[in-house]
Amino acid sequence: MSKGRFGIHGGQYIPETLMNAVIELEDAYNYYKNDKQFNDELQKLFKEYAGRPSLLYYAEKMTKDLGGAKIYLKREDLNHTGAHKINNVLGQVLLAKKMGKTRVIAETGAGQHGVATATVAALMDMECEVFMGIEDTKRQALNVYKMRLLGAKVHEVTTGTGTLKDAVSETMREWTSRIADTHYVLGSVMGPHPFPTIVRDFQSVISKEIKEQCLEKEGKLPDAVIACVGGGSNAIGAFYNFINDKNVQLIGCEAAGRGADTFETAATISTGRLGIFHGMKSYFCQDKYGQIAPVYSISAGLDYPGIGPEHAYLHDTGRAQYVPITDDEAVDAFEYLSRTEGIIPAIESAHAVAYAMKLAPTMAKDKIIVINISGRGDKDCAAIARYRGEEISE
Amino acid sequence: MSHIKEAFKNGKAFIPFITAGDPDLETTEKLLKAVEKAGADIIEIGIPFSDPTAEGPVIQGANIRALKNGVTTDKIFDMVKRVRKDVKIPLVFMTYANVVFSYGTDKFLKTASEIGMDGLILPDVPYEEKEDFAPTCEKYGLDLISLVAPTSHDRIKMIAKEAKGFVYCVSSLGVTGMRSNITTDIGAMVKLVKESTDIPAAIGFGISTPEQAKEMSKKADGVIVGSAIVNIIGANGRDSVQPVYDYVKSMKDAIR
Repeated sequence: MSKGRFGIHGGQYIPETLMNAVIELEDAYNYYKNDKQFNDELQKLFKEYAGRPSLLYYAEKMTKDLGGAKIYLKREDLNHTGAHKINNVLGQVLLAKKMGKTRVIAETGAGQHGVATATVAALMDMECEVFMGIEDTKRQALNVYKMRLLGAKVHEVTTGTGTLKDAVSETMREWTSRIADTHYVLGSVMGPHPFPTIVRDFQSVISKEIKEQCLEKEGKLPDAVIACVGGGSNAIGAFYNFINDKNVQLIGCEAAGRGADTFETAATISTGRLGIFHGMKSYFCQDKYGQIAPVYSISAGLDYPGIGPEHAYLHDTGRAQYVPITDDEAVDAFEYLSRTEGIIPAIESAHAVAYAMKLAPTMAKDKIIVINISGRGDKDCAAIARYRGEEISE
Repeated sequence: MSHIKEAFKNGKAFIPFITAGDPDLETTEKLLKAVEKAGADIIEIGIPFSDPTAEGPVIQGANIRALKNGVTTDKIFDMVKRVRKDVKIPLVFMTYANVVFSYGTDKFLKTASEIGMDGLILPDVPYEEKEDFAPTCEKYGLDLISLVAPTSHDRIKMIAKEAKGFVYCVSSLGVTGMRSNITTDIGAMVKLVKESTDIPAAIGFGISTPEQAKEMSKKADGVIVGSAIVNIIGANGRDSVQPVYDYVKSMKDAIR
């Protein structure tokens, strides 16, 4: 009876008020995903508007410096709006438009998903409101301005920890109060079914391209694909088309904050346990009574106490591996990639770079690692400067 | 017949909601006794959750206050055990799926049953997911209360058919909280419920004044009030027992 399961994870744990909305969404998605016109329109938007395919760049200097596996960077940071988020948003807003919706709402952490939603809403003439935790509006002030510039209304969420989880809760509350004309553009592979599937499908273009590009450049598949994981949308996008290629190692990098052994962490697989929250059964950081933990990471986009249900399943089956990366390691990697390749990654993506820096030297030179650079780091420069004790004004 | 269903036998039922541990469990204990005296027919006891996605600001605030004061599920169980010696009307827990699931669904419901609870409301568990909880509720003789919403339409029949205790009819879109106007065609919603089940239907969300309660009670078998009570508790803290008593009495009197 229960739909949208990945092993024991997933499901639809939401108020009755929203049930017909997610059923309507599922029906529409099942129809349009096989509709030629819809797919043609989406492919055109990917190509002409977002700038796809994104490049698979051989990081030669980094490869030489680390002295092991050959490192490629999947440049999702080069997409329009500077992150992978646009892939999902183009798909969902186009779908919402087909469904006759005139208004979109979204949560955002780092602001990348909010900016992408505001962007596509502007393009497609939709009303747009974005919910963002007050902590994040402070650390990502530039993105707040961008969303306003694009015509979206930004709501500061002051409840709870004032971060991504509270933004999700508030957007869900908003959706229950206005459903008929409104689509909730969920930004990650989380929440109630069908969101984890829809978002994954729209993001799976990343692994589809990696596969083609890697075969073209190297004549073989990569040995490891590495991506950062908050909810997990860029990671599932980078993993999805490799799930059946058992020799491709899939590695998700969680935000450990000040360490997975401290309370200031957002490493869900390392420190969480099975629970039910935000519409899904999955792993969550929580106390013994099921109260959701106030998680922490330097990265607003990974600062979330849960993980998407398909990742929880990939973890259970051992198909993917999840590793914690601390703030310190991520900041080092942020600076390292900037200096070595002249590419400033998002602090989220820097978590993946950090693990690659550990892994590459342990692998033979004929092995291939692909790091998904999910976003660009301009938005993080002020925060990283601050982390290093330097105040700069944007 | 479940105790809950019986509670609807004396005219229209008044069902107040109280967040356990706001401002502290001693006050909650006094409040439970007071609202029974004031004429409540069933009481919903909220077990606080860190992230109550179906609640408006008033009940969110109560959850946060209670958790800050160190309230836990175990302490609430102890409080109910004590208060059960005096309070005889049916008591139902209202909380979120993770609070029950994380405690261990079997262990939670077994304990709830042993301390004298009669039912459970989980606003984030719709019909499609009730298998996680319904069989265990049944095992321990608790009613898992089903909700129907203004958006439920064709789902009402399916939900009502399998409903236990009473059907919780959500009056309005959105989250819990006081509303000056309730615009949903509740009469039609209740009619659909009644076509599929003979258990009582109670209306909740947005009701705060005796006039609203009276109006709603004409359309269903009972009225549920949360935010208006939690608001009084929030404003008066430990001194809220008398004002809550007075309020509940005025509401019950209005629907008698």
